[in-house]
Amino acid sequence: MRKVVIPIGPQHPALKEPESFSVTLSGERIMAFSARLGYNHRGIEKACEERTYLQDVYLIERICGICSHTHSTCFVQAVEEIAGLQVPKRALYIRSIIGELERIHSHLLWLGVAGHEVGFDTLLMYTWRDREVVMDILAELTGNRVNYGINLIGGVKRDLEKQHITDILKSVDILEERTKYYIQVCKEESTLIQRLSGVGVLSHNDALSLGAVGPTARASDVARDTRADDPYAAYDELDFKIVTDDHNDVYGRTLVRLGELMESYRLIRTAIKNLPEGLISVKAPRKIPVGEAFSRYEAPRGEDVHYVKSNGTDKPERVKVRAPTLANVQTVAKMLEDGQLADLPIVIAAIDPCFSCTDRLISVNSSKSETLGSMKWEDLRLYGIEWHRSKGMDFSAINKKLAERL
Amino acid sequence: MIRPGKMLVQVLQSLFKKSATSQYPFKKSEMPAHYRGKINFHPELCIGCKMCERDCPSNAIKIVKVGDKKFEAQFDLAKCIYCAQCVDSCIKKALESTKEFELAVLDKNKLKVTFCADVKKDTDK
Repeated sequence: MRKVVIPIGPQHPALKEPESFSVTLSGERIMAFSARLGYNHRGIEKACEERTYLQDVYLIERICGICSHTHSTCFVQAVEEIAGLQVPKRALYIRSIIGELERIHSHLLWLGVAGHEVGFDTLLMYTWRDREVVMDILAELTGNRVNYGINLIGGVKRDLEKQHITDILKSVDILEERTKYYIQVCKEESTLIQRLSGVGVLSHNDALSLGAVGPTARASDVARDTRADDPYAAYDELDFKIVTDDHNDVYGRTLVRLGELMESYRLIRTAIKNLPEGLISVKAPRKIPVGEAFSRYEAPRGEDVHYVKSNGTDKPERVKVRAPTLANVQTVAKMLEDGQLADLPIVIAAIDPCFSCTDRLISVNSSKSETLGSMKWEDLRLYGIEWHRSKGMDFSAINKKLAERL
Repeated sequence: MIRPGKMLVQVLQSLFKKSATSQYPFKKSEMPAHYRGKINFHPELCIGCKMCERDCPSNAIKIVKVGDKKFEAQFDLAKCIYCAQCVDSCIKKALESTKEFELAVLDKNKLKVTFCADVKKDTDK
C-alpha cells in the first residue's frame, strides 16, 4: 500500500499545546512517527540569567502550569546546595506534603484526560470533580490553586496550621475512597481494559535504552523513582515504595498512576504524623557564592532535572531545565511503531506530555552543516515556506488564488 | 459487569443531587485565607526603601517620592503576577494582599493604579 505522510500540528484542533508530529501511514497503520519541538519556546532559561535568585523562583515556578511546585523545589534545592544552607526539617516536610498533593492533582487530571482520549468522558467528569477537592486544599494551604509560591530559598513561606492538617486528612480520606472506586473501575470495566491493553507497548529493554522516566518507565517494570533513588526533601524519612507494573502498555501506565495515588495518600498521612516542630525557613543570602549544583526531583510525569551555576552575584550564570517530557517524548515513536492511527491520541497522552515545559531552542543548520547565524524576518519566512514544501505542503497555488480574488 | 439496577439507583440519585459546579457570578466564591489578590498600599507606613521594587519579578511596582517622607506607589495590575513577594519583602508592612480578584477591565489604562500619599484612598489614574 502507498505510504502517506500526515502532518499533525503545530496548530491542530485535537492538540492542547502547539507541537508538530509527522506520521507515516500505510492505510491505518503507523509506519513511522516523529515529533518536532520548538513551537512553544519561551526562553525561560535565558530570562533566569537576567533576574535575581529570588525572582527566578517565581519565574521557574511558571514553567509548568501543573507541576509548578516541582520546578520551583528543584531550582530551590540546587541554589540551597550551592549556598550550603541547612533547610529546617519542618520546611522539608511541608515541601513533600505539597509535592504529594500536587502529584494527586496531576494524576487525577491525567486519568480524566486519558478517559477523554478513549471516549470514556464519564471518567473525565468524575475525576475532575474529585480533583477540585485537592485543588481547594492546595488553595487553602498556599493561597493559590496553581503556582503555589510556597517555596523560598532556605525553606517555605507558609506554615501548616492545625486547621490545615485536619482539612488535609479529611480530603485525603475522601480522595482515597474515590481512588479505590477508580481502581475497581479500571480493573473490572471490560471496555476500558480492552481499549488500553496492548496499546502503545514499550518493552522493558526499550524503556531502559530510551531512558524513559516516571510512570512511563515504571509501567514497563523499571523500578526508577527519584524519591527512592536519590531522596530529596523528607523522602528519606518516609517509608516509600516504588509502584511498578509489568503490563508495558497504556493500561499498565493507568494502573501505575492509580497505585501512585494510593501511595501518595499514605505518604501524606505519614508526613503529617511525623511533622517535626520548629522553624520553617532560614535566612538566605542575596548573593549566592560561586559554585554549581545539579538537582533532581520526581515530578508527577517523571524525573525533573535542574542545573544551576552561580558566579558570586545575585543572579545565576546559567540555569538549565530538563522537564520529564523531554526524556519521554522519544519513547512515543517506539510505542506507536506498527500501531493504529486511532491509538495515537491516547499513546501520546499516556506519557502525560507537557510540551511547553519541555520546549527548547532549535538551532537550524544548513545542508553543509554550518550554522546559519542570525536570519532576517523575510529569510525566515522563505525558509518556513521551503520547509513546509519539502514536507509536501505547498500553499503557493492557494495563495495565488487568494491574491487574484483580492 | 452489566448491572442495570445499579445504574438506575445512580440515575435517580443524580436527579436530586446538588450540582457539582458553583453558581459563580451569582454566588460570590470565598477566597482562601492566604489568597494573593490585588495589592493594597498604605502610604503612611512606607519609608521608601524600594525593596518591593527591587524584588518584584515582573517590574509591576514603582515607588515614587512625592514630598518629604511621602511616597506613592504605582502598580501595573496587568504586569503583576500576584506572587505577593513585595508583601513579604516590605519591612514596614506597608503592602498587603487583598482578596480582590475580579480585576478584568475593558480599558487597559484602568490597570495602572496609583496609591497617592496625600489622599489616603487609592484613585485610578
